[in-house]
Amino acid sequence: MYAQLVETGVKRVKTLEEMSPEERAFQEKIDAEIKIEPKNWMPDAYRKTLVRQISQHAHSEVVGMLPEGNWVTRAPTLKRKLQLMAKIQDEAGHGLYLYSAMETLGASRDEEIEKLHQGKAKYSSIFNYPTLNWSDMGAVGWLVDGAAIVNQVVLQRTSYGPYSRAMVRICKEESFHQRQGYQILLDMMREGTEEQKAMVQDSINRLWWPALMMFGPSDEHSPNSQQSMAWKIKRKSNDELRQMFIDQTVPQLEFLGCTAPDPDLKWNEERGHYDFGEIDWNEFYEVLKGNGPCNRERIATRKKAIDEGTWVRQAAKAYAEKQKQKQRDAA
Amino acid sequence: MSEEWPLYEVFVRSKHGLNHRHVGSVHAADKEMAMENARELYTRRNEGVSIWVVPSNNITASTPDEKEPLFDPSQDKVYRHASFYELPDEVGQM
Repeated sequence: MYAQLVETGVKRVKTLEEMSPEERAFQEKIDAEIKIEPKNWMPDAYRKTLVRQISQHAHSEVVGMLPEGNWVTRAPTLKRKLQLMAKIQDEAGHGLYLYSAMETLGASRDEEIEKLHQGKAKYSSIFNYPTLNWSDMGAVGWLVDGAAIVNQVVLQRTSYGPYSRAMVRICKEESFHQRQGYQILLDMMREGTEEQKAMVQDSINRLWWPALMMFGPSDEHSPNSQQSMAWKIKRKSNDELRQMFIDQTVPQLEFLGCTAPDPDLKWNEERGHYDFGEIDWNEFYEVLKGNGPCNRERIATRKKAIDEGTWVRQAAKAYAEKQKQKQRDAA
Repeated sequence: MSEEWPLYEVFVRSKHGLNHRHVGSVHAADKEMAMENARELYTRRNEGVSIWVVPSNNITASTPDEKEPLFDPSQDKVYRHASFYELPDEVGQM
């Protein structure tokens, strides 16, 4: 979800017989559910795929702070403001856990961030939608973090040790995010004015489909999934995860007393799952290409933050060097 | 782009009486900042009572190639384990 369409650079999954002895030993380890650690031998394509996926995941956490940052100064109460700031700080933390997992693969954080700024690296499509009213904070926490949890719970079992451990930490913190979001909506629906209730429904109308897109293209259009699944970087397919999310979310939606903007959404007794309508894939690919409502603004904001912070980072470094020099002189 | 701040490895003691455990890493200009960043990043929810930060390049790690020479010798020394020494039941717990 936070990683969509991650390239593996592999056209076809090799059979064990086609692999070199090293590749085979590696694949057998994966098949035996033994985690791969930074110093272990790994195929180059596995390493590159992981760097792409983990950096994309990290970028999503960091860019994900922006739609929420939009509401910090306008939170309705001090309590809500503190909660929102705690959540945003967690997102920064999640980004950092992930960047450090990525660095264990030999990638540089600065270089990967630079790729994001140049438009060469992706982040989740969801963060290119604007947050227009306060109830969007509720809907983002409930739907967006909810979708993230479905994906990340499964990723705790991903084959690369540092990524898996980062996911364990993240999942522990993420459920607070979803619950605080749902509670915002619940309060508005229970105690709010008609106007506030309409606001909740409006948030759901706008964010429902983009939240479903977070799981990426449908399995038949997900060319990289097969290799990622064989390497157990990915543990469940996009469509499986999307269905899990819908099945657990619809009862919560009904409890709120709201509806989804999907006339085809209904329980299918035979399948034991909810059926749902076709996602507007054109919109998904357009947003991924950089043409969503907020793509340009998001990247511009990130760049500005990095650029305007340059002198602070340089000053801290200069200070550290000066202190070291002082210590050397004193010795 | 300016030069990246050095990397520090972070170890946290979660409770008194337990060992410090590796939890991840942070970038920082110096050790004081590494400590502050580690606090912000790894102990936001009572995860620790003590933190160590160590410059990553000061850590010497074993490599997977060394696994056999390093760890295999300990596998055939069963006499280092208490279970190797069989005692009559009459002796009781020891």
